[in-house]
Amino acid sequence: MMQLRIKGISFRYDSIQALEDVTFTAVGGEILGIIGPNGSGKTTLLRCINRTLEPQVGVVLIDDRDVTHLSRREIAQQMGLVPQDAAITFPFTVLEAVLMGRHPYRSILGGETPRDLEIVNEALRLTNTLHLASRPITGLSGGEQQRVIIARALAQEPDVLLLDEPTSHLDINHQLEILELVRRLTEERGLVTLLTSHDLNLAARYCDRLLMLERGRVYALGTPEEVLTPANIRQVYRVEVEVTRHRSTGILQVLPLSSIEGDRV
Amino acid sequence: MLIFASLAFGLVAVVLGAVLIGPVAIGPGTVLRISAYQLLCWLRPGLRSLPRPWSSSHEIIVVDVRWPRVILGMLVGMALSIAGCTMQGLFRNPLASPYTLGIASGAAFGAALSIVLELPSYTLPALAFAFALLTVFIVYRIATARGGVPMETLLLAGLAVGSFFSALVSFMLYIAGEKLASIVFWLMGGLWASDWDKVFIALAPILLGTGGIFLLSRDLDLLLLGDEQARALGVETERVKRTLLALASLVTASAVCVSGVIGFIGLIVPHLMRILVGPGHRLLLPASCLVGAMLLICTDTLARAVIQPTEIPVGIITALLGAPFFVYLLSRRKRLLEW
Repeated sequence: MMQLRIKGISFRYDSIQALEDVTFTAVGGEILGIIGPNGSGKTTLLRCINRTLEPQVGVVLIDDRDVTHLSRREIAQQMGLVPQDAAITFPFTVLEAVLMGRHPYRSILGGETPRDLEIVNEALRLTNTLHLASRPITGLSGGEQQRVIIARALAQEPDVLLLDEPTSHLDINHQLEILELVRRLTEERGLVTLLTSHDLNLAARYCDRLLMLERGRVYALGTPEEVLTPANIRQVYRVEVEVTRHRSTGILQVLPLSSIEGDRV
Repeated sequence: MLIFASLAFGLVAVVLGAVLIGPVAIGPGTVLRISAYQLLCWLRPGLRSLPRPWSSSHEIIVVDVRWPRVILGMLVGMALSIAGCTMQGLFRNPLASPYTLGIASGAAFGAALSIVLELPSYTLPALAFAFALLTVFIVYRIATARGGVPMETLLLAGLAVGSFFSALVSFMLYIAGEKLASIVFWLMGGLWASDWDKVFIALAPILLGTGGIFLLSRDLDLLLLGDEQARALGVETERVKRTLLALASLVTASAVCVSGVIGFIGLIVPHLMRILVGPGHRLLLPASCLVGAMLLICTDTLARAVIQPTEIPVGIITALLGAPFFVYLLSRRKRLLEW
């Protein structure tokens, strides 16, 4: 099974230590949710993993292959990114936008091969966007746009899928739709999926495991039950919560009660 | 594809039309015969002994005045349009133009230097070209001093260095004395002094730069998405930006050094073509080339024809027509960020 191993990643922006000694392993077919308050390093962590940022220390291994030694093209063949706020302001058609996912496979002179089109078609079908193919992406709803961006990431034929707050702009219907889609793709394709989220309830429901960051360090790592304890949330988010299970579905529920005044200890 | 066929056909028609029009009345038949004759002689030098049933002054006008002027107009129009397209894509800003990095001021300084110091005439394009590239180089070094290629800093550095060279040009104008007119005339931009030498100066760098930019058209598309997404899709963003800046500067400098500062073509043509073929650069770049060439030849023909027998600098015409047209394009935009 595919493995993504993150070993001892540290990253500083100028004088701020954004990540410190982050280490974890994720395997194919699992969704690992990265949670933590604003500024805890979630997005930075994703960027260090696909090397849009260069961590000062630490390695990222995909099945024992060190990502440091790969070109950006090769990384793009292994990892697809669905960035936060991917809003495309240029009226590319959906087909054009998803074809961009084939960029890491194309030569400088070559056009689209039949194989490119086949893979793009498949990505459109999986994300239920085939019927939008000739529409300009700027005219789509937020949920549709997000599905197109996911299709573009799939067209990269990645082993690792990185999603940065994929549901933050969406209404609850589209939030569920996107996460169901991610769940299904992760299982069908054996992807290693990492997603960041501010929504603890959705994270608990759709992620196999959670990684809780506090000021750039791993505070807790484990199943949602292990990580989402009132004590952990109090320490990391400074919020008193009640954690319950839904009576009929058994889904973990985090109910915020009150904010705690004062700084973290 | 139909669009490209019509654009190419349009360009051919415009080129032929421009060659037929001029202050000296020469019959269209004669112009075409002279042109065909010269073309054949160029291909098969043995044909030079054939009889020439036309006056030699007409032949000189057609061969050494009109054709180089039209061909130079084509090259310059193409160069400014593709450079404008590239800069707008790189900066993700519809207001960028070939001159955004101060290249025009640098070139103007070089040209003014050559005129004021009364250097031999071949130094004018050479100095204009050299100072144009020097300007971009300085701007680039200032902006990238802290690593990476930050586009906002580049924009501001271009503004600063451009202003500096503009001040130097003003100073040159102030001390120019009776050479003031020739500097001003150059600054306005025009194709009046076209000859085959200028065509050959500009030809290679413009074609080379244009070809290079074509090869990077897909990377330009991805850069429109922003650095993070472009990188995640496998673009070496810093290297690609550097290359595109260098190519666009080469092309712009080559155009400016033979024609002066012709405005608005590089700003308007990319806008116009985005409406016609969409944002993808694989179509946008060639379409801009064709229409840029067409537009500059048309405006230059207008510049020659309006106040015969004299002419007005084509830069004035492009600005006169371009500015209101630009306002019209702006009013069409629905949102601020939409192109």
